[in-house]
Amino acid sequence: MSTIETKKVKFKVFRFNADEDYLPYYDEYDMDVTSEDVVLDVLNRIKWEHDGSFSYRRSCRHGICGACAIKVNGRSTLACKERMFDMVELFGEELTLDPLSQKRAIKDMIIDKGDFWEKHAAVTPYLVADIEEEPESENIVSPEDEHKLLDADLCIQCGACHYACPVVEINEEYFGPAAFAAAYRFSADVRDEDKERLKNVNKMGQGVWDCVKCFECAEVCPKEINPIEKITKLHQMAFQEGVAENNVAVRHAVGFKKSIQKRGVLDEGGLVLYSEGCGIVKHVPVALKMFKKGKIALPWNIPTSENMDEIKKLVKSSSTAKF
Amino acid sequence: MSKLKYALFTGCTAKQSTPEQYMSTMAVAKKLGIELVELVEASCCGASHLQDYDEFLSLVLNARNIAYAEKHGLTMVTICNTCQLNTAMTKHKLDNDPELKAKVNEKLAEVGLEYKGTSKITHFLYAIIDDIGLDKIKEMVVKPLSQFNIAPFYGCHNIRPSELANEGHKTPESPYRPTSLDDLIIACGGEAVDYEEKNKCCGFHVELQAPKTAAVLTGNAIAGAMDNNADMMVTPCPLCHLKLDTQAEHAGEAIGRELEMPVLHMQQMVGLALGCDPKELGLQHHVVDVNFV
Repeated sequence: MSTIETKKVKFKVFRFNADEDYLPYYDEYDMDVTSEDVVLDVLNRIKWEHDGSFSYRRSCRHGICGACAIKVNGRSTLACKERMFDMVELFGEELTLDPLSQKRAIKDMIIDKGDFWEKHAAVTPYLVADIEEEPESENIVSPEDEHKLLDADLCIQCGACHYACPVVEINEEYFGPAAFAAAYRFSADVRDEDKERLKNVNKMGQGVWDCVKCFECAEVCPKEINPIEKITKLHQMAFQEGVAENNVAVRHAVGFKKSIQKRGVLDEGGLVLYSEGCGIVKHVPVALKMFKKGKIALPWNIPTSENMDEIKKLVKSSSTAKF
Repeated sequence: MSKLKYALFTGCTAKQSTPEQYMSTMAVAKKLGIELVELVEASCCGASHLQDYDEFLSLVLNARNIAYAEKHGLTMVTICNTCQLNTAMTKHKLDNDPELKAKVNEKLAEVGLEYKGTSKITHFLYAIIDDIGLDKIKEMVVKPLSQFNIAPFYGCHNIRPSELANEGHKTPESPYRPTSLDDLIIACGGEAVDYEEKNKCCGFHVELQAPKTAAVLTGNAIAGAMDNNADMMVTPCPLCHLKLDTQAEHAGEAIGRELEMPVLHMQQMVGLALGCDPKELGLQHHVVDVNFV
């Protein structure tokens, strides 16, 4: 039998009661944590042994209800799944416990997750299909078709990725990684007949084109769903289903192919011009500053890859998408 | 120790908007006795955008780039975080999916190439740390940056997704507490500034379609470094560099404060410490003047 180890940890814990407090504050607790503990055990002990008014959400304790996600030293985590010793190894023996989003805090670790649920609801997170009420046979989905869902239906809606996403913090319209994973779950379902969902998640501002590609969502997901993989798939599906709009973001993605086909390496100015069209004028002030410092290649100085014939041939033979 | 030799994938910006990055890479390699064989046949990696449109094409083009490194029998060294991510991700996918690898190779065969999976792919930052070693760098420093507080800015694609990022180098790096760049700053004699934004996103990839998001992220990063008394920032990624160096004014407007911060490429910082001439490192190519050297 392995022995249980113990470590001393100083916890700084976010405290706030929206009904009473003007500003949040931190309480400190020195506690022994063991190699058996998960983060939720610590939350429980703070409440049971130190302060009964300490509030947090918990339910299943088995990584399936998604209630107990919080942040440890700024990292989103599912409290019932994350081992304390792993957190100590990563961040040291002083740990800060915060709610997933401080600005949405209601009481201590409990936040108003309203925006998360609104965005989830906005992507039509259910199957849209005309199914006969009394079918003559089963509606069978093949294992290959099921595999296309890429585990997206394992999402427990804990919000860890949503509140780790930097775009969600800045752009209130943005649906966020969890909603996109849900949208993918249903748009990738062979039985689904809804085209609006895909259009909806491809709109600028709210949709996948505003993803900054930071991979924070992939890093924090306690179910290892890899939301950004689904975001990439939703981009691709927009082209496959012919719903990609002719906008700056779409032209930017398509422009890479055009540029590579022409020179192998990117023609940076040409790409911005193709993407922006007349909108390129807004980049002129910065472009001038860059030009002065020798950071803009003139058309006759733009480099070209060697063996361009290979690149041209491969672009022609390997292209699978159209715009 | 036999001479270190790598296949260099310069990426696109090193030849256009960040010429100083190419210059400083060459200068530092020379100082460190590293031989770089430039992959002049390589195309753009797709910069994490091409795969949104055509994933298979992106895989084929990246596999072609890697195939050239393999032909030389060398480790591929990247000098851009996003190039690193795209090439490493292609390698990961092909090495773990024989069927996909066969499909890609069917295309590459049309131009007489083959992707084998024999070359390692690593960012120059990690090549320096793993193959030269921080102790050796310390020994070689002739102009320690001891009077400077230097804020490391890691850039997403060198640290996330961590599972993939850590395939490329020896010492595993946590995306929440990365240390490589801090260690390199210290080896160069500088003081590494700790600040919240050092492992955050600069917003580069939505510069065109979501300028406000991009500007706020850049602004937060520079402000974080300024608030922690940094004299300069340093980054291994030319895309982060473009945002931090050329967009500081926009970024300042977006977050409502004046921002200005000299930003060095990782190679420039090492080059300065090793005694390279600032001109040779291309410091004259920055929008925010680097006037402390």
